[in-house]
Amino acid sequence: MSFDATAWSASSSDVNRAAAPPATSAKGWRRLSSGPAAAKTLRAGAWLAALAVLVAAPLLVTDYVLTAILVPVLALALAGIGQNLVTGYAGQLSVGSAAFMSVGAFAAYDVHLRVPGVPLLASFAFGGLVAGLVGLLFGLPSLRIRGFSLVVSTLAAQFFFVWLFTTVGWFSNDSASGVISAPRLEVAGVDLASPAGRYWLSLGVVAPLAWTAHNLVRGRIGRSWMAVRDMEAAAAVVGVNTGRAKLSAFAVGSFYCGVAGTLWAFAYLGTLEPHGLDLDRSFQILFIVILGGLGSPAGPFMGAALVLLFPVLLDRVGGAVAGGSVDPGVLQNAEKIVFGTLVVILLVKQPAGMARLVEVAWVRLSRRRARAA
Amino acid sequence: MGFFLEVLVGGLLAGVMYTMVALGFVLIYKASGVFNIAQGAMVLFAALTFVTLLEHGVAFVAALVASLAVMLALAVAIERLVLRHLVNAPPMALFLATLGISFILEGTAQLAYGTQVHGLELGVSDAPIAGLPIAISRFDVFAAVVAGALVAALGVFFRTTRAGVGLRAIADDPLAAVAVGLDVPRLWTIAWGGAGVVALVAGLLWGARVGVQFSLSLVVLKALPVLVIGGFSSIGGVIASGAIVGASEKLAEVYVGSHVGGGIETWFPYAMAIGFLLLRPTGLFGRPVVARV
Amino acid sequence: MTAARAFLEVRDVSLSFDGVRALDHVSLEVARGEVCAIIGPNGAGKSSLLNVVSGLYAPARGTLLFEGRPVHEARDLSRLGIARTFQNLALFRGMTVLENVALGDDFRARATLLEHALRTPRARREERRARLEARHVLALLGIADRAGDVVGRLPYGVQKRVELARALAARPKLLLLDEPMAGMTFDEKRDMCRFVMDARETLGTTLVLIEHDLGVVMDLSDHVVVLDHGRKIADGAPDAVRRDAAVVEAYVGRFAA
Repeated sequence: MSFDATAWSASSSDVNRAAAPPATSAKGWRRLSSGPAAAKTLRAGAWLAALAVLVAAPLLVTDYVLTAILVPVLALALAGIGQNLVTGYAGQLSVGSAAFMSVGAFAAYDVHLRVPGVPLLASFAFGGLVAGLVGLLFGLPSLRIRGFSLVVSTLAAQFFFVWLFTTVGWFSNDSASGVISAPRLEVAGVDLASPAGRYWLSLGVVAPLAWTAHNLVRGRIGRSWMAVRDMEAAAAVVGVNTGRAKLSAFAVGSFYCGVAGTLWAFAYLGTLEPHGLDLDRSFQILFIVILGGLGSPAGPFMGAALVLLFPVLLDRVGGAVAGGSVDPGVLQNAEKIVFGTLVVILLVKQPAGMARLVEVAWVRLSRRRARAA
Repeated sequence: MGFFLEVLVGGLLAGVMYTMVALGFVLIYKASGVFNIAQGAMVLFAALTFVTLLEHGVAFVAALVASLAVMLALAVAIERLVLRHLVNAPPMALFLATLGISFILEGTAQLAYGTQVHGLELGVSDAPIAGLPIAISRFDVFAAVVAGALVAALGVFFRTTRAGVGLRAIADDPLAAVAVGLDVPRLWTIAWGGAGVVALVAGLLWGARVGVQFSLSLVVLKALPVLVIGGFSSIGGVIASGAIVGASEKLAEVYVGSHVGGGIETWFPYAMAIGFLLLRPTGLFGRPVVARV
Repeated sequence: MTAARAFLEVRDVSLSFDGVRALDHVSLEVARGEVCAIIGPNGAGKSSLLNVVSGLYAPARGTLLFEGRPVHEARDLSRLGIARTFQNLALFRGMTVLENVALGDDFRARATLLEHALRTPRARREERRARLEARHVLALLGIADRAGDVVGRLPYGVQKRVELARALAARPKLLLLDEPMAGMTFDEKRDMCRFVMDARETLGTTLVLIEHDLGVVMDLSDHVVVLDHGRKIADGAPDAVRRDAAVVEAYVGRFAA
């Protein structure tokens, strides 16, 4: 099953045209502002600025924004990164991201509960590793099953783990219907329970992991994944170990989901019930990746922001229009309709997602500036 | 032994219900190679439309006809607004589009018709048939008969009618189908319309059984293992696998579930599907996909 | 044929598809360093032969030896030193030209997944080298400026070159080309010939190619094998084959005298 984001959208050719270097004179100034070296320093500068803003965020926004928007966006974006690796880069359909999130959360909870003195970050790592192993297990059928039939594997994982954590009391320390509560958030003696603390914890976990994901997709590993996605038979001929590529995608993707689940439970909700990470959540993560752009590095962040912010926006707008607050059921259904429509529109018009839309707009903008200069 | 038979037969008949829904999947897959995850939402939408009309005093037959019309209109809309623009898109993109469609349908259905459970009476009771050694529900048999009729009708459709043959041609090679002059948009509309009809029938039967409510679209997701085990493009396969999934799910629930706390029917069919596929990756009757290099 | 063990040896290979004989007791030997062309009318079994040699089809009978070792499956090819191109292009359309070509050599890389994730010196070094090598090959084939383009949108002629570049990036001992000139203009063909022969010179690669353009075949090859209806009907130097009565008959006089 290949996801060829190029073949059928006419608008995607815009990027190719827009990305061609402007045919200007060799004036030194123009070269400086539009050459590849300049682009690189510009990009590095932009990253540093963005990082500075991100770290300083608690000084710039309210506690509500920190805990209700930024932390969950970071957590879901990380899950989106994991989903992106499996589905966007390696082309394997997975609808079990939420299940792997819950595996991570419960594993982290259990290791923290039962092994004395485990540092918080170590339990995050443990959660990720267990989720990675489980993901590997549920990815094994991909070695033999092709195409859409593979969806039953991750679907099985999704339903199985909701059942497991709800029914088998051991995982939740015998709490009713499997609800767990997060441990104290403390890293190296520093208490992180405050909104700023939760935010920095999330940022500190997500940013490095996003960096590792970026490294993976840009090198040999990412290439082997994309080869399996685009044409598996040819990949084998060229020397790609297709089995290893698929399994590594599942393992790494699920690892990220596991850490994301731990963040979701520990830093965002403070508690977790198994039904909170159900099939709907898996679909939500899939949407995050589709809307943000399958196979794009910034996509998950944009998608997560959209998916989490939109209900808030809808609530405000609906409230303003209806003169009061809107019924949550109505809101939920309106959300469903809008997201469904967005997904369809994006798939038809710009299958490479919002990230590409932004890129096209940016390139068009800079081209217009170059022409005007 | 009697109890076992009862559970078995009950399971087989429940499987018939799954087959009904799976038929909708097969129809669309045979026609366009698309895995339509919106089938569940279509079942919900069809059932809700029908029930709401009934509750507003519309006569049974009129409501049926109106619901049919709505489903056909839906098929036309889907073809014109979505499918037409995704003609050359890879299967993954089409699948994701149907996911989007399913969300739109669910949201619209609940927004338009409300979220409460609606009861549905089809005039056939759930009482056991008198005079048999084991208890078999009258309704289950009725559902089985309806499903059988539907399957037979579909089989005839695909084999004898021009549209049916055309749909099979498209599934095989869309470009060649266009090249020989087949009206692909019209055929797709027919396929989706047919799936809509199947969804309506399935929705009515399921709705009569469990009530028309949102969880219908989830329950219907169970048709997936049925589809996958039977082989995506085989109607016969779907019948056989429906029976297998229904029976084993019931048996597992009764004999195994009681030991592990119950509720295993949420994931058991999927686990079974995995196991099955590992043995036979193309399903019972599916055609192996030849990768052309 | 030399007395020493042949470089590539096809021994009595037969292959059928649903009762149709694609290959019928075909045997041939390719010597190291030579250019061997496989020709024949459509449906003769040329692509099937190449697919058997590259492990994509398992023959019903017969053996395949490369440097004395059997070729079992496609995934063994890189390790054995064999690379190939395809009649209908088997490029990774969602990746850029550079990524496609770099893939050709990836099978040699040592750095693990973890190293790549953490960007260790070894991973960085290997990646840098992979990209440099890929650019080098692209420059050789005259498409260095296309490195960042996504393959799916490129014109056919460029895609053909990318596929050749990917095969060359593997630095193979044996290069199998399935109709490398198909669909090309005269100029493009001339360029492709040059690239292919350059590769042979610089890498010392042995070439086996399927080709319809008999002018190209006669110019380039040292050794010609003719297939018809799955059977080998001629095997030898170009001049000898050209005059062979059976060959002429198979082509019904399409040879220039």
